[in-house]
Amino acid sequence: MSGKRTLFEKVWDDHVVCQPAGQLPLLYVDLHLVHEVTSPQAFEGLRVNGRRVRQPLRTFATVDHNVPTTPRGSPITDPVAARQIQALRSNCHEFGVPLFDIDAAEQGIVHVIGPELGLTQPGMTIVCGDSHTSTHGAFGALAFGIGTSEVEHVLATQCLPQKKPKTMLIDIHGSLPEAVTAKDLALGIIGQIRTDGATGHVIEYAGALVRALSMESRMTLCNMTIEAGARAGMVAPDETTFAYVKGRRFAPQEDEWEQAVSRWRALGSDPGATYDKRVRIDASTLSPFVTWGTNPGMVVEITGRVPDLSAFSGEAERRSAERMFEYMALEPGKRVEEINIDRVFIGSCTNSRLEDLREAARVARGHHVHRSVRAMVVPGSQAIKRAAEQEGLDKVFVDAGFEWRESGCSMCLGMNPDILQPGERCASTSNRNFEGRQGRGGRTHLVSPMMAAAAAIAGHFTDVRNWHFH
Amino acid sequence: MKPFRIHTGSVAPLDRANVDTDQIVPKQFLKRIERTGFGQFLFNDWRRQPSGEPDSSFVLNQPRYSRASILVAGKNFGCGSSREHAVWALTDFGFRAVIAPSFADIFANNSAKNGLLTVLLREEEVGDLLGRAADIDNYQLTVDLDRQKVTDQQNFSANFQVDDFLRHCLLEGLDDIDLTLEHQSEIAAYEARHRLAGSARAVFTS
Repeated sequence: MSGKRTLFEKVWDDHVVCQPAGQLPLLYVDLHLVHEVTSPQAFEGLRVNGRRVRQPLRTFATVDHNVPTTPRGSPITDPVAARQIQALRSNCHEFGVPLFDIDAAEQGIVHVIGPELGLTQPGMTIVCGDSHTSTHGAFGALAFGIGTSEVEHVLATQCLPQKKPKTMLIDIHGSLPEAVTAKDLALGIIGQIRTDGATGHVIEYAGALVRALSMESRMTLCNMTIEAGARAGMVAPDETTFAYVKGRRFAPQEDEWEQAVSRWRALGSDPGATYDKRVRIDASTLSPFVTWGTNPGMVVEITGRVPDLSAFSGEAERRSAERMFEYMALEPGKRVEEINIDRVFIGSCTNSRLEDLREAARVARGHHVHRSVRAMVVPGSQAIKRAAEQEGLDKVFVDAGFEWRESGCSMCLGMNPDILQPGERCASTSNRNFEGRQGRGGRTHLVSPMMAAAAAIAGHFTDVRNWHFH
Repeated sequence: MKPFRIHTGSVAPLDRANVDTDQIVPKQFLKRIERTGFGQFLFNDWRRQPSGEPDSSFVLNQPRYSRASILVAGKNFGCGSSREHAVWALTDFGFRAVIAPSFADIFANNSAKNGLLTVLLREEEVGDLLGRAADIDNYQLTVDLDRQKVTDQQNFSANFQVDDFLRHCLLEGLDDIDLTLEHQSEIAAYEARHRLAGSARAVFTS
């Protein structure tokens, strides 16, 4: 042991409650976020066993996965979704858990509102029954997704027995070229290390480029970490982080602020700390990316082509690629810019923040959505929606023919009525292009918000680096 | 939790890599608030045509595999969404074990909490089993957690590794919430210590 520790190791060590002999270390959870889909069975488990929520004030709930994005106040037409939302309401009431309900000013995607409210803070351990909990790692928190049994475990004990993950450093240097975003960076990384490249690891993103990224961009990067199989993604907190957190509702207030910041400053990895794996990325070589297949590792540059079968080594890989060509209805070798689209979705916990909407609006301004495309913009939270409206982004989108909707997870996973019809092809700013993810038979291509907006207007994928901005 | 010690059962080959939890149980079936009844939705979009008719080409629709209790699949099984419903669907359908070269972390954790054994074998061994399950009628495997061994009647034998604590919990069918609650005093001490030190304090009181 060198005594030099990584960011992850510092946060981990700080949260080990005990290490019982022959068992896994018990890790304390500072913040537990809860939503309607993965929690009902956990609360039911508490009831059956006569247990209570140990720390209701470290537990926050909202509704995001199921909620319609049509104007608030209209009834939820899906009775099963309505029942699930009602179940969360009564569970929160029974167990004393604060809930940001559907009509609350704070409502939004759980991974958007955590940071926005200042609940997410550096050095914390954060869990949620949702794989994209990795988003919160952007603040230097250790944040990871858990299943429903673990949700019940945290509700009952505020702890989780956890096997200590390995560490992986992704060192990013160079600067991002114009119109190449954090989403492209994330897709580029997954394309390089593949969807299981970081399984069992916590990734730390470091390097000059990461320091230059805004909090929104860091959140996009950490959000997509799970798509590389990682347990979590983390960025060491710095002045950018502190400036974002300061003054938010649940952030440390004046008398505690300086003390908190000095604690957070010490979290960064010690020089010379070691990692189990290291990857170097030169950001200046990246382009806007588009996924062509049915997992997020199947990326290609906007100027590229759908790969040929010869690009795949091994029989299993080739069969898998053939299946993707068939599902996606794409022929090998097709130019990406010739792929026509039917739908555009700008939203999700990956890309629904104000910065994302500003970028998309910059592309959309003065243009009009192609006549064969239906495009929707779904802000990540009510707060983002209000802020965007204050600066007139809603008007830019609506004037350009985009739908401007209420906040929620929406068509990222299509648990609400926002889904693709069979065979429809979508340019989406979300995080997964799995078969049927956005609706059975739907075909998803993952892109950045700028690329999505440009595709909506052109009717096909187009290189936003050559865009005519108004 | 249902203990897992040793299980012998017929084997279904799912020769695909990166099987994500959206495929194991599609999102339209996640709105139930119970843990039970998910087996009917297992691999729905692969098992059924859009009309609802079974797709006879899908492996679990072939009569010889319809009673399978051991699934053999490609690498990175269970990637994607954290939905534990995927595990509930597999166990409700009748699966006791999944064998693959690698599993996504959250899926493996969820499986362990439900007595579904995830068995890691080498890629060549998994390839061998996929072939045997396709070629041999009513192909059966025995998965022995105590000896950490997978065997068949045709001279296949492979060892697998599993975390000692996890193995203990599975063998005994232990509820790990009870185990954690045995450490209540340590948890309380941790909370007291950290609130005093000002780190990780309960800031959420407003």
